[in-house]
Amino acid sequence: MIEILTTGLPNTVQDLGRPGHLALGVSHGGAMDKQALAIANLMLGNDPSAAGIEVALHPFRLRTHVDTAVAVTGADCAVSVGNRPCPPWWAMTIRAGETLVLEAPRTGARSYIAVAGGLDLPLVMGSRATDAKGGFGGLGGRGLSRGDRLALNPAQCRLPAGGIGAALEERRGAVDGFASAIELRVLPAAEFDAFTPEAQAAFTGSEWSITNDANRMGYRLSGETLSLVSPMELLSHGIVPGTVQVPPSGQPIIQLADANTCGGYPKIATVIEADLWRLAQAPVGARLRFSAVSIEASTEALRTNWQRRRDFIAARNLMAGEQRSP
Amino acid sequence: MVVGTPHISLAGSAALLLDGAQGAFDDATQELVWAVANAALSLEGVRETVPGMNNLLVVFDPLATDAHSVGDQLMSLWTSTDAHAVTGTHHTIPVSYGGSRGEDLAGWAAHCGLSVDETVRRHAAAAYTVAAIGAMPGFPYLSGLDPLLAWARRSTPRLKVAEGAVIIGGAQAGVMPMTAPSGWHMIGHTEVKLFKAEAELPVLLRPGDKIRFEIAGIEA
Repeated sequence: MIEILTTGLPNTVQDLGRPGHLALGVSHGGAMDKQALAIANLMLGNDPSAAGIEVALHPFRLRTHVDTAVAVTGADCAVSVGNRPCPPWWAMTIRAGETLVLEAPRTGARSYIAVAGGLDLPLVMGSRATDAKGGFGGLGGRGLSRGDRLALNPAQCRLPAGGIGAALEERRGAVDGFASAIELRVLPAAEFDAFTPEAQAAFTGSEWSITNDANRMGYRLSGETLSLVSPMELLSHGIVPGTVQVPPSGQPIIQLADANTCGGYPKIATVIEADLWRLAQAPVGARLRFSAVSIEASTEALRTNWQRRRDFIAARNLMAGEQRSP
Repeated sequence: MVVGTPHISLAGSAALLLDGAQGAFDDATQELVWAVANAALSLEGVRETVPGMNNLLVVFDPLATDAHSVGDQLMSLWTSTDAHAVTGTHHTIPVSYGGSRGEDLAGWAAHCGLSVDETVRRHAAAAYTVAAIGAMPGFPYLSGLDPLLAWARRSTPRLKVAEGAVIIGGAQAGVMPMTAPSGWHMIGHTEVKLFKAEAELPVLLRPGDKIRFEIAGIEA
């Protein structure tokens, strides 16, 4: 069992989400940075879809009541286990009574904590992810509070004495969004051609910043005003995470993991799935820049992500084998 | 079948949006949307189909198929699928009109130029169809509202409209499956639960289902 000592309500239990229920109005949800949670789980030998904790509000502290192992990925923040500092993207053992501490990120916005075996919570519609809007999943459908206790699934996790780390090629030198803008690749969406040439040019040619109105449902951006050639009334339609809508204010909204499943605003573009982690790690105030990409390139980016995950599993299995041999 | 050629666009790298709308919402187009939504689920690589209002979002695995292929197959389904394939279930939803949980009732009647009783009678007399489920878990977009009863959405949405609220937004009717923000008008409430996350079938209503509202009481 683990006990939450310091948290905020934006911190939730997440897994890789509950796809397959959009037609029931249920969002995909799950970790905003799915690759980070998956890698944290894989470092511990968990299934990549095991439930962990998404920390969006730091500092965060938990104490374990059993000997186990934890992995912390995502944002680059100072992490310590029982007062021993840990490098970023690291998995290590933690003893009963010891405390895991995550300080405010230096870069990035969301940290992921996986625990050996994963959090033991019931599946709701195929997932343990917290859907705070619907009030279900995770721990009672809500964010974590001080004093919450979470049970762990039984696990046999072997780690070398100093733990193990992971490094992802595409995250090396990832920008913070302050010194320079975070680049996001986009595909044009249904109403792209309904925007004025000036709006189309400004969308990819200028920078945007993330306003305070940013959470798991979506981010409101501020920047140049994007205008339609003429006003449009659209009927409600299904949308996916990454959809960039433009309401009458002309200031875009990027819909994210917990977005409503249907929307009615004109859509200028969609951020490609392979880049959604960049948004997950973009804090309030960060600058963004959009660049158009082909459907082929966006699929290739996704394929590369999957290959990296498979390579990671292969490397982890190899290491686990060596651990077992005398 | 007098349904126009749909427009298909990318919704990211793993979804297509088929838009069959030809202006205002159309019941015949919607029946085709439901039928194509069901048929498209058996296409290679298709993961989810999401009926909207005269449109259909199709989510696929881009590593198992590609947008061009899915688009071509959708276009072919749109012209070849029998639109009358979906038969819905009938539901009766008892409504307590007005009161604190339906505080817009008097304003709605005044807006329609009708008495409260006549407004309620017309709301309960109409036959509604669940056009689509979406926005929030289990929320039904209902078509079939008497045009006299249409009322544009509030300019400022309420931050909280309670679960069970029976609501009106433009030419559409609905019922809140959970407490959430909404810009629609609250005209009454029901005890019928539309969404139970833990149930085997979490959502009560399906696209194509028929709804009637029954007057359980009127409190002006």
